[in-house]
Amino acid sequence: MRLKLVSLLALSVLFSNQAEARDQIRVVGSSTVYPLTSSVAETFGKRTGNRTPIVESTGTGAGIKLFCAGVGLETPDIVNASRGIKDSELDDCKKNGVTAVMETRVGFDGIVLAHHKSDKAYDLTRKEVFLALAKEVPVGGKMVANPYKKWKQINPSLPDQEISFYGPPPTSGTRDAFVELVMDAGCKLVPEIAALPESKQRLACGTIREDGVYIESGENDNVIVQRLQVNHHALGIFGYGYFDQNRDTLQSVKIEKVDAEFSNILSGAYPVSRSMYLYTKKQHFGQVAGLKEFLKAYTSEDAVGEEGYLIEKGLIPLIPELRAAQRAIVDAEESVQERGQTRENSGGSPKKN
Amino acid sequence: MNKREADALLARRHRRERWFARFGLATIVFAGLVLASLIGSVLVKAIPAFSKITLEVVVQRPASADIPARQALARAVQQQLGLSGDAAERRQLLQLFSNHAPDDYAAAQAGSSQTVRLSASDDVDQFIKHYKGTTQTGRLNELQLQYLQKLKDSGFVHTSFNTQFFSGADSREPEIAGIRGAFVGSLWTMLVTLLVAFPLGVMAAVYLEEFAPKNRLSTFIEININNLAAVPSIVFGLLGLYVFLQVLELPRSAALVGGLVLALMTLPVIVIATRAALKAVPPSMRQAAQALGASPVQVVWHHVVPYALPGILTGTIIGMARALGETAPLLMIGMVAFIADAPQGITEPATVLPVQIFLWADSPERAFAEKTAAAILVLLLFLLAMNAVAVYLRKKFERRW
Repeated sequence: MRLKLVSLLALSVLFSNQAEARDQIRVVGSSTVYPLTSSVAETFGKRTGNRTPIVESTGTGAGIKLFCAGVGLETPDIVNASRGIKDSELDDCKKNGVTAVMETRVGFDGIVLAHHKSDKAYDLTRKEVFLALAKEVPVGGKMVANPYKKWKQINPSLPDQEISFYGPPPTSGTRDAFVELVMDAGCKLVPEIAALPESKQRLACGTIREDGVYIESGENDNVIVQRLQVNHHALGIFGYGYFDQNRDTLQSVKIEKVDAEFSNILSGAYPVSRSMYLYTKKQHFGQVAGLKEFLKAYTSEDAVGEEGYLIEKGLIPLIPELRAAQRAIVDAEESVQERGQTRENSGGSPKKN
Repeated sequence: MNKREADALLARRHRRERWFARFGLATIVFAGLVLASLIGSVLVKAIPAFSKITLEVVVQRPASADIPARQALARAVQQQLGLSGDAAERRQLLQLFSNHAPDDYAAAQAGSSQTVRLSASDDVDQFIKHYKGTTQTGRLNELQLQYLQKLKDSGFVHTSFNTQFFSGADSREPEIAGIRGAFVGSLWTMLVTLLVAFPLGVMAAVYLEEFAPKNRLSTFIEININNLAAVPSIVFGLLGLYVFLQVLELPRSAALVGGLVLALMTLPVIVIATRAALKAVPPSMRQAAQALGASPVQVVWHHVVPYALPGILTGTIIGMARALGETAPLLMIGMVAFIADAPQGITEPATVLPVQIFLWADSPERAFAEKTAAAILVLLLFLLAMNAVAVYLRKKFERRW
């Protein structure tokens, strides 16, 4: 009996080796975009009768590596990315034969700084956040290990309260975006650092202190939300979708006097937001059933529009013209390579639209 | 030593023994309390997940092809409650329903029943379960609360046992997400693991223990097996990614590959446990069998292995239980994924229970917290069932000498 089962197993191994056109779309990539893509996948499967696409949550970097591993049905068709694909990654793709990659933008994700509601509301500037979190800050013209323990030391009008952050670890895309959009931007406003040579500048801007003020809380944003329920004076750093779900207990910090609200992120007034992308292998069109239809469903108003079903999942939509542009890209099957140099590479804020 | 000194010494020894016993008891009590509070908190959190809120809607006919499903549903509810709001109010009304409710309503329009019960949205679900009677409103606004009250007054809000949690597969909507897909995935994966690891592990152990010459090579192999049992599981994931996916080109995300990777991880545990069990069989058994003219193979399969079987099974179940709870190696081979259908076989895309728990715990929607707890409960029950089988088998095969 056991022998029979084992040989059955061996047989199924042999059969699964056969290559054939796939009837199920495969998506890999960012855990930030995962909730959105899986929601579209589920709706797509229910409405069209196609098989529901498989969406893996691997992180952007690992996802792009899988995506660029080659062309063929054993490789993924789409990669979710919470940042733009890098030129070096595109080169990698090309080396492995992935020569036609389509880029469609999904929308924006705001990064929110929030604390518990019981704590008094206050607002910060990006420079203040940088001074609170940098490993080294200039004091009296010299770079020294960050001496600030309380907000009041940075700016007398801020509360007399310990500086304390819960945030994502360096492996997280949210952390990358936070460093780029808050730390880098804030640190350029510090004259002593602006005077440094470029290589030193980058290090000074991007290094977060390691003396226990910034506590890395894992990739799971819910863990950060839970920590804030206990530690009422701490600030948490996480995606807008998580803040939106926990409004009843959390209060967001205004950045440069702008609230982390839907309308402000949409208009680009809130400075800390990034684009989310889908990259699709054009070479898989016609080989994988429903691939183009899936992209059409993803870029439709019904999904990513201002009243689309992804809004409830925390998506901040693109402006209408850009949404139309994404649909045009899908219709024309226009790849990044065909578009040439015009590709916008940085994650950027909506202002850059 | 006079009597007084001897008594004092004795008293000291007894005191020491009493303290030792008390200390032992205290550790057991402590462990018990920790376990009870853990299971208690999971249980308390999980209970709301087993009830489901549905909203009853009177089906309007005939269905018009021009009106999209969302509009049709919103208008039907308005008519049912005697409301006449504009599009903005209809949108508010629709947010009481699950994202997929309009499609379900459209399907009901094609059928013949008078009313249809549609899933309430996770916001309504959480409000009724947690905020009812408090001043908190969760994520619902004033208008939506009024609508909900109206629906409730007319008897259109129903709470029932959540069968969908056990019959449905994963969904991005917490109110309709179910555990069946992950459960079936776990079953397939464990089946593959057992079928590969058990025979291989037992054979390897029997050979090493009963037949292999004791030389440097066998010592080297033994050391390596012991080391392998302690290798972090993610390493096996990397190995699986390379060997099974890249070299053998097996399907990604499939229970087959997951099972094979977990089998590699479980093998050393089974080998070590089996060897220990074989060693524990008294040599007199072997000698008696040999004296009656049994060949070495007969000695092993007729006498030694049956006597060692309870120990072998215990080791196997311990290894399997560890495999059941793994997520790290599965990330590498694509099983940490959103998969909306329960797998039909070992080559279909599948996910497993601990991965489902991980994915739900990571979701922004707060209603997933109770689903996570409920899924943990299901995983614990799965584990308990596996252990129960092991205990039963052990009792059945246990022999004394």
